[in-house]
Amino acid sequence: MAEDSSPDDAVQPELQVDVWRGGAQGQYQRFTVPRSANQTVLDVVTWIQRHRDASLAYRFACRVGMCGSCAMTVNGRPKWTCRTHVRTVTRDRYLQIGPLRNLPVLRDLATDMAPFFDKWQAAQGRFSGSHSRRDPLAVIPPQSHERQAADAAIECINCAVCYAACDVVQWQPDYVGPAALNRAWAGCNDVREADRGRILRAVASDGGCYSCHSQQGCAQHCPVGLNPTRSIAALKRAALASLSSHG
Amino acid sequence: MLRPSRQHAGYWAFLLHRLSGLALAVFLPAHFLVLGLALERQAALDQFLHWTELAPVKLAETLLVCLLTLHLAGGLRLLALEFLPWTERHKALITAAFGVSLFGGLLFLLNTA
Ligand code: SF4
Ligand code: SF4
Ligand code: FES
Repeated sequence: MAEDSSPDDAVQPELQVDVWRGGAQGQYQRFTVPRSANQTVLDVVTWIQRHRDASLAYRFACRVGMCGSCAMTVNGRPKWTCRTHVRTVTRDRYLQIGPLRNLPVLRDLATDMAPFFDKWQAAQGRFSGSHSRRDPLAVIPPQSHERQAADAAIECINCAVCYAACDVVQWQPDYVGPAALNRAWAGCNDVREADRGRILRAVASDGGCYSCHSQQGCAQHCPVGLNPTRSIAALKRAALASLSSHG
Repeated sequence: MLRPSRQHAGYWAFLLHRLSGLALAVFLPAHFLVLGLALERQAALDQFLHWTELAPVKLAETLLVCLLTLHLAGGLRLLALEFLPWTERHKALITAAFGVSLFGGLLFLLNTA
């Protein structure tokens, strides 16, 4: 038995890997990659870039699921590749690795993330406080209801996996998407936020929360276990309530 | 075949909700046409009602009742998801919506048999 094989990791000698090459009009290129124990999809891409074609374009940084830069489409599903073990996505030693869906392809596996982050801004996913640096720090007790409610939508790593999984993003180009709306809801839950109305007005306009069909493709794929659909449902209620209270 | 990222219960529920809605929209004009017959041409209506006694037509009607209850239950599920306190039991709710639809169809079949 090979030294590096573990009982839960049926190590086969090689993987057949199709990797997207070129821009939007590119095609898949086949590589044969040696299999190793606990190999991640990012390991596979890195091996190809180091040993077969140094010009392969892709993105990563932390390799531990923190930075959100390594997302790609793996066998048809959006995945964070640094934390996706090969054995969890293929049984027949075949991988198809492409760029994330719903974003312009720059080259190979790298997409242009600008539209994704522009939409965060459109959904007002930024903080506006009322205190200056001379004021004392805001104290929010960890056990308080407000602080606990805020837990629901934080910890997003901006990987755009949910954005790539969402069909409404594909169908309706101005839809801001699950991540931006999830971020907007996190902002609404921040007790220090001084202008909640700004966020609710933004998410209630065209391309905002009311475009979501609640299919939950986003929640199915979010690698850190967030549920943007839940945040969007909460936004729908909050936006409706603020509309009816302001006339 | 559905693309892999769509293979989950929520997408199936969405798809069937849309398709049942479309099928009902297509059916509605036929429904109104028959109602129109009731007002204007008694003989034609009787002939039509006689036709609906046929077994294949009964089955088609049962399917229609299923579609209607499916669309209704699916719609209620969505309203609950968006307006009631959040629950993670989506698969249970989706299964319940399908159950209601089947139950409605069976009830219809039993009543007409
Ligand atoms: S629940 Fe809404 S945001 Fe999430 S994938 Fe579906 S349509 Fe997109
Ligand atoms: S919500 Fe989840 S899937 Fe979407 S960007 Fe944030 S971490 Fe990624
Ligand atoms: S490389 Fe940072 S999340 Fe994968």
